[in-house]
Order: sequence, then structure tokens, then C-alpha cells
Amino acid sequence: MTDPQSLQERFVPPTAFAVPGRIEVSNRSAAVWQRATVVEIRRETPLVSTFRLKVPDWQGHLPGQHLMLRLTAEDGYVAQRHYSIASAPDGSGEIELTLDHVPDGEVSGHLHTVAHVGDTVEVRGPLSGFFAWPGDRPALLLGAGSGVVPLMSMVRHQRLAGLDVPVRLVVSARTPADLIYADEYGDEATVVLTRSEGRLNAAHLAPFLGAEGQPEGGWEAYICGSNGFAEHASQLLVAGGQPVDRIRIERFG
Amino acid sequence: MTFEPTRGFTGRARAADRDPRLPPGQYDAGDGWPVLSAEVTPRLAAADWTFRVDGLVVAPHTWSWDEAHALPASEYRGDIHCVTSWSKFGVRFGGVSLDTFLAAARPLPTATHVVAYSHTGYTTNLPLSDVTDGKAWIVWEYGDGPLPAEHGGPARLIVPHLYFWKSAKWVAGLRLSDRDEPGFWEQNGYHHRGDPWAEERYAGD
Repeated sequence: MTDPQSLQERFVPPTAFAVPGRIEVSNRSAAVWQRATVVEIRRETPLVSTFRLKVPDWQGHLPGQHLMLRLTAEDGYVAQRHYSIASAPDGSGEIELTLDHVPDGEVSGHLHTVAHVGDTVEVRGPLSGFFAWPGDRPALLLGAGSGVVPLMSMVRHQRLAGLDVPVRLVVSARTPADLIYADEYGDEATVVLTRSEGRLNAAHLAPFLGAEGQPEGGWEAYICGSNGFAEHASQLLVAGGQPVDRIRIERFG
Repeated sequence: MTFEPTRGFTGRARAADRDPRLPPGQYDAGDGWPVLSAEVTPRLAAADWTFRVDGLVVAPHTWSWDEAHALPASEYRGDIHCVTSWSKFGVRFGGVSLDTFLAAARPLPTATHVVAYSHTGYTTNLPLSDVTDGKAWIVWEYGDGPLPAEHGGPARLIVPHLYFWKSAKWVAGLRLSDRDEPGFWEQNGYHHRGDPWAEERYAGD
């Protein structure tokens, strides 16, 4: 499938987008369901909790990747959802997911109200190489609500690995009580509290765009949140001069 | 495959009551229609939209918005399925059958696959047999109105029997080929074909 000739001949449409993936995904790890044990549950906000899972055969991940989590009922009924990985790759054999308690949510509802430490669930992944950030290029991260989760994995990775590459995070939440990971933000973060300040606007992004705000080589931009936030934030970035083919978006549909 | 039950999990819907329209692993999104695209939504005017069929065809052709609308109308009424596990029942898309465009371009006997591509540069690969014989459409209507931009308007491909990442938004054309060439998500870990009933979600499924 990937002989040099076919790569050479690969059809590339005339385009403004065509953002390439950042990494090759392991078909093997993505195809296998694995048993995961809940080893810790931490409250982040009144409606958001972090679930730490021990996955004995976890093959590792890069910040920004997600997994699929599955619950099975006694009669064989299954429900599965995609969730972003919150933790940095740290080789611990454990990963963290940070989940909204979605009203009437079948999977998140179970995890928030029924699950406790020692329970098992199943996961497959990590999945998708598109939103991944290997830590190689300057990253401008825009997130709202639980959209900050895969972006925090990137910030944590940068710190844990001691990377020099610039990372800036603009995180939007309604109120201080809704702000996930509030105690973890440092100099790299700009917090926008929409209830009191209004929504994210061009002034919040201005320090990072234009000739003076750009790192050498420019930013790789990552946006994660609701579709409404993603639309708004991506248009702000484009208006501010960020190249459209260097904007990656993960929408929580 | 059998799996260990999750303690205390009963599920919102019982297996016996499962809607037969739901492929395995999917849930009913109800009235919602989540937007899932990895790119900045383009603001593409209908007047600037074109659709081209080329590659292994006798007569490569490009249609303008008005030319495409002059073709015989066709519609799809039925269900759609996204790999992120939602399905949506009873939707209506209006446009033109892809068979109409292909009949004009006349595929060569050697053509076996297509790359569908968007005005943005998004690509996805399909066997030719998955987009012929009434299985695919170019559409510009959703329900009774125009297709919204964030859902691929002014016009998108729909291939409703496959996961919806195959249904390229802002579609610009099809290139016919004699080999299967992975598109955007297929290069990022997704399955080459994407049959929801076979749960062809990721490479390796």
C-alpha cells in the first residue's frame, strides 16, 4: 500500500487545507480492546471528574490522542464513546480521562454516578494521529470547557519532558468553579472567564499572533471544544493571520 | 467476542429493545446532528462551487452550481452513521445521484476506486462500487432547506451506507483510479472502507 511509487503518485487536490497527520497510528494497539481498572477518581469541578485507569498493556500515546471506552451490561448490551486522554505519556501504565457529567449521558453518567475504584471498563487506543502533538513544534492551544483535556495533556507533556518548545494555552470557562485543572495553570496559560468577561475575542489572541507574537517558524494551533467554540475560535485565528493549514480542530459533537 | 460485564452498568437501552436501524456500537443522536470536522469551516459561495469527475474516465467534466442543479433531481431518505458512535435516523438530503455525474464522465473499465476530495483539500477513498448504482449522491439540501456550511454546504457527497467520514463535505470532485489510495482519515488510523454494520472503524478492524 505504501510503496514509494504509490506515495509519489498520491493524488493531492488543489487546496488550502489538507493538514497532514502528525504521527502514524499503530494499527495493532488501536484494534485491540483492553481491560482497564479504575484506580482513582478525582473531582475536578462539580460536574467534572478525572478517572485514572490502569491499562496493563497500554502501548503509550501522544498528547492529543483519544481512546474509545466501552461498558458492557450483564446481558451483553454495550455502549462506547470516544474520550480524550488527559495525562501526559509517562510510562506508568496508567492513563487519565477527564469527563463531563453529561446530563442523561449513558457512559459518562455511569462513570460519574455508579463507577468506583476497582471497577473495570474496556478501552481501545490510542486513536487518531491528527490531533496529536509530539512536542516538536510551538503549539498555541485554545480550549473551552472539557475541550481543555487533550490540550492539558500537551502542557503536562511539555513540563514532564522538559521541552523548550513554546506552548501557550488559552482556556475558556464560564466561571472559576467551571475551570478544570485550575490549580495547574502557570505562565503559559491565559484564562478567559466568559460569564464575567464575555467570550474569547481577538484581544485574547493578539499577543500570540502577528509578527511579534509568533515564535520562530510560527504556531501549530490546536482547538478543542464544542462546535460553537471551535467555529468561533478558528475564525478568530484565521482573522488574526494564523494559516488555515496549521489549525487542527477537535470538536466535541 | 465476549466481554466481562461492567459492574452496575445496565445501559440506557436494553439489548432486546435495540432499534434494528442501529448498527453495532452506535447510539441514536435523536434530533442532534453533531458537527465533526478537523478543519476550519470554509465559507464557500454557491457561485464558486464546482464539482469535477476525472482520472480514469473517457470524458473528464466539471459542473458549475447551475449546471449541477439542471441535472435530474434525486434524494436520499434514511439513516446516517458516524464512526464516533452516533447515528441519525430518517434524514432527507436532496441533490443529484452520483450515477448521473459518472454516466456523463464514463468511467474506464480499469477504474476500481475513487478519491473524493473537497474544496478544502480533505480526501477520502472509496471503491467505485460503493458510489454507483444508487448508493451515493451530491447533495445541497438538508430537510427542506439548504445544507448548512458546517455540515458541508453548499454541497457535499453522501454515501450513507458507510460511516460518514466517507461523505466528504464541501465536495469538489472525484478522481477515478485503478488502486485504493488512503484519504485523510484513512492515513490517520481509520479503516479503509468503513462499513457501520461490520464496525469497520479503525485500521485493523
